Amino acid sequence: MGVYILKRIMTIIPIFLIATLLTFGMIHLSPVDPAEAYLAAANIQPTEELLEQTRQEFGLDKPLLVQYINSVMKISQFDFGVSYVTNKPVWEEVSSRMPATIQLTVGSLIIAILASIPLGFLAGIKKNSGIDHFSRFLSFFGASIPSFWFGYLLIFFFSVKLDLFPVEGIGTWKHLVLPAITLALPLIALYTRLLRASVLESLEEPYVLFARTRGIHEKKIMGKHVLRIAISPMITGLGMNLGKLMTGAIIVEAVFSWPGFGRYFIEAVFNRDVPVIQCYVLLAAGLFLISNLIVDLIQMYIDPRISRKGRQFQ
Amino acid sequence: MIASLSVLVKSQKVIVICSLMLCTLLFISAFAPWLAPNDPTLVNFAHKLQGPSLNYPLGTDHLGRCTFSRILFGARVSLGFATLIFISSLTIGLIIGLIAGYKGGWVDQLLMRFADGVMAFPDLLLVLGLVGIWGAGLKQVVLALIFVQWVYYARVIRGVVLSLKEQNYITAAKISGSSQWKIMKKHIIPNVLPPLAVIGTLEMGWAIMHLSSMSFLGLGVQPPIPEWGAMIHEGKSYIRTDPLLMVYPGLMIMLVVVTFNLLGESLSERFGIKRR
Repeated sequence: MGVYILKRIMTIIPIFLIATLLTFGMIHLSPVDPAEAYLAAANIQPTEELLEQTRQEFGLDKPLLVQYINSVMKISQFDFGVSYVTNKPVWEEVSSRMPATIQLTVGSLIIAILASIPLGFLAGIKKNSGIDHFSRFLSFFGASIPSFWFGYLLIFFFSVKLDLFPVEGIGTWKHLVLPAITLALPLIALYTRLLRASVLESLEEPYVLFARTRGIHEKKIMGKHVLRIAISPMITGLGMNLGKLMTGAIIVEAVFSWPGFGRYFIEAVFNRDVPVIQCYVLLAAGLFLISNLIVDLIQMYIDPRISRKGRQFQ
Repeated sequence: MIASLSVLVKSQKVIVICSLMLCTLLFISAFAPWLAPNDPTLVNFAHKLQGPSLNYPLGTDHLGRCTFSRILFGARVSLGFATLIFISSLTIGLIIGLIAGYKGGWVDQLLMRFADGVMAFPDLLLVLGLVGIWGAGLKQVVLALIFVQWVYYARVIRGVVLSLKEQNYITAAKISGSSQWKIMKKHIIPNVLPPLAVIGTLEMGWAIMHLSSMSFLGLGVQPPIPEWGAMIHEGKSYIRTDPLLMVYPGLMIMLVVVTFNLLGESLSERFGIKRR
C-alpha cells in the first residue's frame, strides 16, 4: 500500500513536467515574440535596442534548454515572473484573487453534492418513478444549457424580478448563491447521472440479494451496502471535475462580475499577458493532478482492492 | 421481446425527430439570406429596442438590428463552424488513428501518449490556454477546439483498426486477393461508421457550446457578426428592460445542443456504444 502511494505520487511529477514543457513550447512556438508582447502590453513603442534589452532581461537570449530549466526552477518556487501589464509579480496578483475563486468553487461543490446525492440515490432505488424522470430530465438539460445563459436566467428571475439576490459582485452569502448554483448545475447533472447508474448497478450485486435473504432491514441494506459502494465512482468524478470547475468558474465569474482568478485570466488573454496565462494553465493543471491523486488515495481507503487492480474508472 | 422492440422503436423515434430538427436547422442556415426579413447587420437607431412587429418578428436590439434575422444567421455561424471543426478534427483523427493502428510499435505509443496528454486535462483549460497564448480571435478559437477534438476520433479509429487487424475475415479477404480499397469499403468503413456517428454528433454539440462560450467571453466571433453567444454578450446589458434579447439566442444554443446530445445518445444506445 505504501509502495502504491509512493508510486502514485511519483507519476505526478513527469506529467507536470510535460505540462510545463507544453506551456513553454506553446509560448515559444507562438508567432509572438515575448519581448515584443511585453513592450506592447506595457504600451512602450518597441525599438531594436529596447527589444534587445528586454530579451536580455528575460534571459531570452540564452539557449532554449537553459531557458526551460530556468523557468522550471522558478515555477517550483512559485515564481511565475512579472505581469506584462501591471509589472507586479504574477503570483502576488493571482494569490490575491484566489480566495474569491475558491469560495465560489467550494460553494458550488457543496451545492452539487447536497443536490446530487439524494437525487441520484432516490432515482436509482426508485427506477422509473417521478423522481427518476425528474433526475434524468435534470441531468440531460443540465449538461445542455450554456452556463452563462443559465446564469443570466437566474439573475433575471431571482435578482431583477424577485429581488432576492444581488445581481453581481462579492460580499455576503447572498452574493454567492446564484453564481454557485450556476457553476454547480453541470456537476449536479453529471453526479446525479453517475450515482443513479452505479446505484442501479450495485442493486444487482449478489451481496444485496444475500442481505435481503438474510432478512436485513431494507434501509440498512441501502445505507450500508448500496450507497457506500455506489458513491465510489462519484468520488472519482469529484476529483476529475475540480479542474473543470476551475475553468467553468471563468465563465461564471464573467457573468456575475465575481472578482476571482477567472476574470483576471480573461483580462490577461485580451492583453496577451503571457506569464499570467502560463501561471493559470500550470496552476489548473497542478490542481487537477493533485485532486486526482487525493481522490485516488481516498478511494483506496474506501475500497482497498483498488491498489491491487489499479484504477477502474479512468 | 416486445419490451426490447418498443425500446428500439422509441429510440428510433428520437433519432427521427432529432434528424428532422437538424434538417430544419441546416435548411435555416443554408437559406438564411432568403428566409431573413432584414439584413442582420443593418444598424438603424430609429428602430432600436422595438417589440415584435410584422417587419421585425422578434423585435430589434440596441442598435436597431432585426433579432429574428440575427438568430437565423447565427444558426449559419454556429453550425458552419461546428461543421468545420468536426470535419477538420475528423480528418486529423482519421489520419493519426489509422497510422497509430496500422503501424503500431513506438509510433503508436508516441501518438497515443500525446493523445492521452491532451485528454488528461479539462478541455476548456486547454482551449483557453491555447487561445490565451495564440491571442483572442475566431481563427485561434477554432484551431484550439480542433486541437482538443481530434483526439477522440483518433482513439476510436485506432481501436477499430486494432481490433480488425486480428479478425480472420480480414486476413481471408487479403488472401483471397481483395484490393486494399475493397477491404476498406466492405470491412473497415462499416465498422468505423457507427462509433464515429455517435462521437461526431456529441462533439458537434460540444463544439457549438464551446464556440458560443468563447464568443460570449469575447474571445471568439467578434461583433457585428451575428453569433448566439456574442448576442447574449450584447444583450446582457438590457436584462432589466429587454430580457428577451438574450433569451432567444440562449434558447437556440440549448435547442441545438439538446438535439445533438439526444441524437448522439440515441445513436449510442442503438449501436450499443459507450460514450466517452
